[in-house]
Amino acid sequence: MLEIKDVYKVFNAGTVNEKIALSGLNLTLADGDFVTVIGGNGAGKSTMLNMISGVYPCDEGQIVLDGKDITSMKEHRRAKYLGRVFQDPMMGTAATMSIEENLAMAYRRTRHRGLAWGVSRPEKSTYKELVASLGLGLENRMTTKVGLLSGGQRQAITLLMATIQKPKMLLLDEHTAALDPKTAAKVLEITDEIVKNDSLTTMMITHNMKDALRLGNRLVMMHEGRIIFDVSGEEKAKLDVPDLLKMFEKASGGEFANDRMLLA
Amino acid sequence: MFEAFIDSQPGSIALGIIWGIMAIGVYITYKVLDIADLTVDGSFSTGGAVLVVCVTSGMNIWLAMLLAFISGCLAGLVTAIFHTKFGIPAILAGILTQLALYSINLRILGGMANLPISFRKYNLLLTLSDIPKSLIMGGIFTVALIAILYWFFGTEIGHSLRATGCNQTMSRANGVNTNVAKTIGIVLSNGIVALSGALLAQYNGYADINMGRGAIVIGLAAVIIGEVVFGKIFRNFALKLLSVVIGGVAYYFFINLVLTLGLPANDLKLLQAVIVAVFLGIPYWKNSITKGKHKIKKENKGGVINA
Ligand SMILES: Nc1ncnc2c1ncn2[C@@H]1O[C@H](COP(=O)(O)OP(=O)(O)OP(=O)(O)O)[C@@H](O)[C@H]1O
Ligand SMILES: [Mg+2]
Repeated sequence: MLEIKDVYKVFNAGTVNEKIALSGLNLTLADGDFVTVIGGNGAGKSTMLNMISGVYPCDEGQIVLDGKDITSMKEHRRAKYLGRVFQDPMMGTAATMSIEENLAMAYRRTRHRGLAWGVSRPEKSTYKELVASLGLGLENRMTTKVGLLSGGQRQAITLLMATIQKPKMLLLDEHTAALDPKTAAKVLEITDEIVKNDSLTTMMITHNMKDALRLGNRLVMMHEGRIIFDVSGEEKAKLDVPDLLKMFEKASGGEFANDRMLLA
Repeated sequence: MFEAFIDSQPGSIALGIIWGIMAIGVYITYKVLDIADLTVDGSFSTGGAVLVVCVTSGMNIWLAMLLAFISGCLAGLVTAIFHTKFGIPAILAGILTQLALYSINLRILGGMANLPISFRKYNLLLTLSDIPKSLIMGGIFTVALIAILYWFFGTEIGHSLRATGCNQTMSRANGVNTNVAKTIGIVLSNGIVALSGALLAQYNGYADINMGRGAIVIGLAAVIIGEVVFGKIFRNFALKLLSVVIGGVAYYFFINLVLTLGLPANDLKLLQAVIVAVFLGIPYWKNSITKGKHKIKKENKGGVINA
């Protein structure tokens, strides 16, 4: 499904601010994998998702999605294949557009845009049902500007947008980090439901190790721009948080690890 | 003195409408795309120059209007290319095109700074010697333009422009080529601005190399006045565009008033700049007050989120 082959990314190369964000990253995902990604601050997790989405070009290496080399494909073209939810609830939606207009934008992610109506009448009722399925009561506010919604509500709408056209991959970058615990739990629950229903190939970055263990069929840990630990299936199901900390310590070369390093 | 002011009202309404149409062009870049495009000072004159040259060489007035519109579109295209292909910040890209247009406009005008067009000789759409006709024409143009734009911004492409102006990350994540969206917006905006320049040249009876100087400021004034006065009551996009034109009329009413009250005409641009600066400042000042409050709230909450 997804193959990341030996990808390097250096920011501000040749300056004092040079930062090697990805250093020979390799990762292969199978169809339907739900991978949780953990790692300390600056480990390169967001950069990995940004490289998959085409926000930055690769310095070296190759990214292949569903047999297609997308390494040099422009960000807006890759959007056809990818659903994305960001850490910042403001990023995934257009604040000055209504809920239904935002969904209509997402619905056209895979299509050519022309001079047809931006939101057609039959679409509106479909969107209403879809939004009702979130169980947040937003179905009666379809023409409300998204900018007036709370962070959690916006994140839930972004999640719908990311999956309204079934993406080849769903990329979630700490998408519940900015929400209060209760809302975060709700959004996570919706996420799990959508991923299961559509059996989406998913990558979810999180700093919550319990979530990382509880959700998905596979877990990878990143450190200094590389995957240092990769576990799936039965093996993953048996892990607990102290195990993860030990793994981190071993894999990162005996570096002192505590939960703050991973959770921070 | 006051009677003279009253007498000159129809004329300043006509002028206000013409500049209001220009301001609709500014609205597209400044409000929808969130780009301050300074090309308009040049493309406004381009529109006027193209119209006068075409009509005086015997072309049909409507065809000349179309060419004026297209000339503005081309000017916008140059700015859009500077911005999206050369990576030049939008403001600077606009300034560069504006500068280049000065030479180009002079060439269009055949090296003259000013080219007359007589309403007696040519069949013009509007002229200051027939103000009722000019008001009707201005009104028709305004309504037609608003109707077309209302339709356009409801289409898929229109939506992608609105999204791009609001959130580029979201737009790209949803498959919008934001560079193309910006280009369409800047091109359309300058086409409308040039159309307005073509109307003003007919109204005044001449095209002038400097007729567009300060156009961006007048456009912003109309946009902001329209927003301040009608922002709360006009939610619909068509009504918002209408409020821009009304803003243009209100602006000319005000300018006419201060001139009647004895402001030297030479000080007009100074006054314009001050008015626009203050009006642009108001939302910022309001914001910084409410932000101050917001910060306190956020800090209180922060503890819970991080816990
Ligand atoms: N656009 C950028 N310009 C310069 N440096 C960057 C940029 N994006 C990321 N970096 C750097 O690359 C490194 C990896 O960053 P990245 O955001 O991928 O980390 P992360 O694992 O997502 O961390 P966090 O858990 O804090 O989100 C960091 O050192 C960061 O400072
Ligand atoms: Mg990150």
